[in-house]
Amino acid sequence: MSATAESLAQAVGSRPELDRHALIREFLAILPQASVLHDPEDLRPFECDGLAAYRQRPMIVLLPETVAQVQETLRICRERGVPVVARGAGTGLSGGALPLADGVLLVMAKFARILELDPFRRIARVQPGARNLAISQAADPHGLYYAPDPSSQIACSIGGNVAENAGGVHCLKYGLTVHNVLGIKAVTIDGDLIELGGECLDSPGYDLLALMNGSEGMLAVVVEVTVKLLPRPEQTRLVMAAFDSVEAAGKAVGEIIATGTIPAGLEMLDNFAIRATEDFAHCGYPVEAAAILLCEVDGTMDEVADQLQAVGKVLADCGASEIREARDEAERLLFWKGRKMAFPAMGRMSPDYYCMDGTIPRRALPEVLKRTAELSREYQLPVANVFHAGDGNLHPLILFDANKEGELHRTEEFGARILELCVAVGGTITGEHGVGMEKINQMCVQFQPLELTQFHAVKAAFDPDTLLNPGKAVPTLNRCAEYGAMHVSGNNLPFPELERF
Amino acid sequence: MQTSLMDLIKDTAEGREADRILRSCVHCGFCLATCPTYQLLGDELDSPRGRIYLMKQMMEGHEVTARTQLHLDRCLTCRNCETTCPSGVEYGKLLDIGRHMVEERVPRSAGERWLRRILRFFLPRRYLFTPSLRLGQVFRPLLPGALRAKVPPRQHAGVWPVATHQRQVLILDGCVQSGFTPNTNAAAARVLDRLGITVRREPAEQCCGALSFHLNAQDEAKAYMRANIDAWWPHVEAGVEAIVSSASGCGVMVKDYGHVLADDPVYAEKARRISALTRDLGEYLAAQDYAGLRVDGEQRVAFHPPCTLQHGQKLHGVVEGVLRQVGFQLTPVPDAHLCCGSAGTYSITQPELSQRLLAQKLDALQSGRPGVIATANIGCQLHLLSKAGVAVVHWIELLDRHAVAVGTPARERQAA
Repeated sequence: MSATAESLAQAVGSRPELDRHALIREFLAILPQASVLHDPEDLRPFECDGLAAYRQRPMIVLLPETVAQVQETLRICRERGVPVVARGAGTGLSGGALPLADGVLLVMAKFARILELDPFRRIARVQPGARNLAISQAADPHGLYYAPDPSSQIACSIGGNVAENAGGVHCLKYGLTVHNVLGIKAVTIDGDLIELGGECLDSPGYDLLALMNGSEGMLAVVVEVTVKLLPRPEQTRLVMAAFDSVEAAGKAVGEIIATGTIPAGLEMLDNFAIRATEDFAHCGYPVEAAAILLCEVDGTMDEVADQLQAVGKVLADCGASEIREARDEAERLLFWKGRKMAFPAMGRMSPDYYCMDGTIPRRALPEVLKRTAELSREYQLPVANVFHAGDGNLHPLILFDANKEGELHRTEEFGARILELCVAVGGTITGEHGVGMEKINQMCVQFQPLELTQFHAVKAAFDPDTLLNPGKAVPTLNRCAEYGAMHVSGNNLPFPELERF
Repeated sequence: MQTSLMDLIKDTAEGREADRILRSCVHCGFCLATCPTYQLLGDELDSPRGRIYLMKQMMEGHEVTARTQLHLDRCLTCRNCETTCPSGVEYGKLLDIGRHMVEERVPRSAGERWLRRILRFFLPRRYLFTPSLRLGQVFRPLLPGALRAKVPPRQHAGVWPVATHQRQVLILDGCVQSGFTPNTNAAAARVLDRLGITVRREPAEQCCGALSFHLNAQDEAKAYMRANIDAWWPHVEAGVEAIVSSASGCGVMVKDYGHVLADDPVYAEKARRISALTRDLGEYLAAQDYAGLRVDGEQRVAFHPPCTLQHGQKLHGVVEGVLRQVGFQLTPVPDAHLCCGSAGTYSITQPELSQRLLAQKLDALQSGRPGVIATANIGCQLHLLSKAGVAVVHWIELLDRHAVAVGTPARERQAA
């Protein structure tokens, strides 16, 4: 997309001319021919990740297989001043792996092995291209699993999870990627292999391991991850509740948390999303409900019984029209399948969708959902809501048709308005998908210039020449000035009295 | 996904269908997880999403070379991605269109052209293939190892039941299957006979067309399809209740006749009727009352569901259900959703990838220490047999051999 390409080029600034052919020859000296792609025919399929509206053809795609090849590649890039974007499975939803026209796309998909799985220490040491779900599957015979479970867990890679600090339906209770990673090996732009964290919970010095989670490939390239495995709970039960209004469902979410119960997952789907997923997954969702909540509780038998009772009472008090507990494990997985396939299932309703990722205080749920519906009418674009209600992490999906002139532009503007609404009610612009390219302008709304300057200083400490995924995640002050001029005049945020976090 | 197909493509029936399918893809990447070639190669270009993009750019007018052709050739057409895809992208249909377009734009080397021509000429013609196979089977001990693995010893069909019941079905004889494993259909006839159903055959039947279709000779495939419709039509008019296929690779093709010949002014309606009548043997049996069939003793079986069965015909778990119901003990098979690497002529055109998938599949199948491996498609059966340490059979042969018939249909058989 030319608009994105332009804005990205602007963010990165111009780089000196370089001899592309000489560079390709250098890469061919360290990588097999099939792992160095440089013809437009081969490059175009890499021009976007899970956010297909943002596209940019990379200069070169590399598919290394060994850590030594990654080190050598980065050394060459540093020496030649070539920017590098790392990519895992390409399932990201914020354009974090959007390539650069004059850059190398470093694809880590061949690093797909699970190197070690120790059921006694409850850890797994995996390569960055290993699929999230593959880790849980490998741990399963030992009664263990890896907790963060983004909806794309069937395909997304653990390296990408670290880069975006991915969450999932169970992060309400078990935390994000950052809370489940014990150690990381990464290669710096100088080609040095560094090790952060380890196999224990704390390490001396600054917590650089935490810094690496969610750093969106801007500090180093992850080449190995040690993750924590959890024992599967003794019992897991899932309750589905149907509501006649979205607001009532939103209110029930806050009430459940207020009882002191922390569900393993607390998800919400609105009617639009219910119908799309039911069409694919046939999971028995009530298609006439305005919204459903999926509430999972886990723990020992006693804990689960107590929590089920508490949750059931709240749901009934909040006016649920139907409360149904999954009969057995098969039905529980079926209920989740619908939720996890909800985004792409939208492809059945609309040729394109745009997934937002704002997070708000739970108490603001009913208001924000109502306001989103109003915006939907204003922009004449349908919105489906599928999200992690328990932690206030919204995922409004704006449905549009990219083949229609101007619809993408309208969609982006609509999306921006939703995110700014999130900030206005005291929330944030991202819950788990990362900022990437998609939400870079909203970073200007979220943070003040001084804060952004500090972010740039952190990056410079790792990557002084700004070669690792430049232009993503943290906007330049110039960019913010321009965006501010367009949208938030004089940087006067709406609701300035609200506390930001 | 946004598309801007070239006008000269967009204005054709193929182009409109391709555009519709491309637009249903949202580029989420879920399909990468279950694609056998992506798992082996780790290259987006060897994944369904990458191939969709390669086809899209060709249709949008960008240059296309042998590189795109290579990545499309490497696709097994297992359609595992379709099972995984939440957006309902009809990848198999898109691939057929895409491959056809690449074939028109990128010339193949003389060697590749000849290999494909020979496969298309030789395999579907029973009068050429079966005698050659018999010759090979006679001289089997003298054949070099690689070839010997592809030529199993001769199999005999056993007795075909003579009883005539009121309920009748037509069975597809298949081209290669009738030479290699004639007992499969004979076993099917014996089992169905026990249920009071007569199995008819049609001598004028030809190859179902799948082989030509997937080697990009779609017109040749359509000629086979029309010939078959003509050959089968008298049976349809005589009132057979189903056209049964014991090879899921043929069954998935015949079920698609209606779609492939949809624009044929003469055959469209008949093709739709034929497709609607077609059932996989497992699908057909599962709908019958087979409670009278029980297995004696403990039989440990590893079942390999062919891709054309579980992904192509979307009959996941149906045969497994029948086998369990009659009392076979199915051993656990990890990654049962993955292709064995046979994939029609793939084992010949892409031997390296095919052999890697075969090794993986046999490890998975044998991990539960089965006494026998069963499958539901001739291609998979032969491919597995070439390297397996245990017998590989069609599942209906197990039923025929081990199931003890009790109840009315059996008495009816004795009376006849």
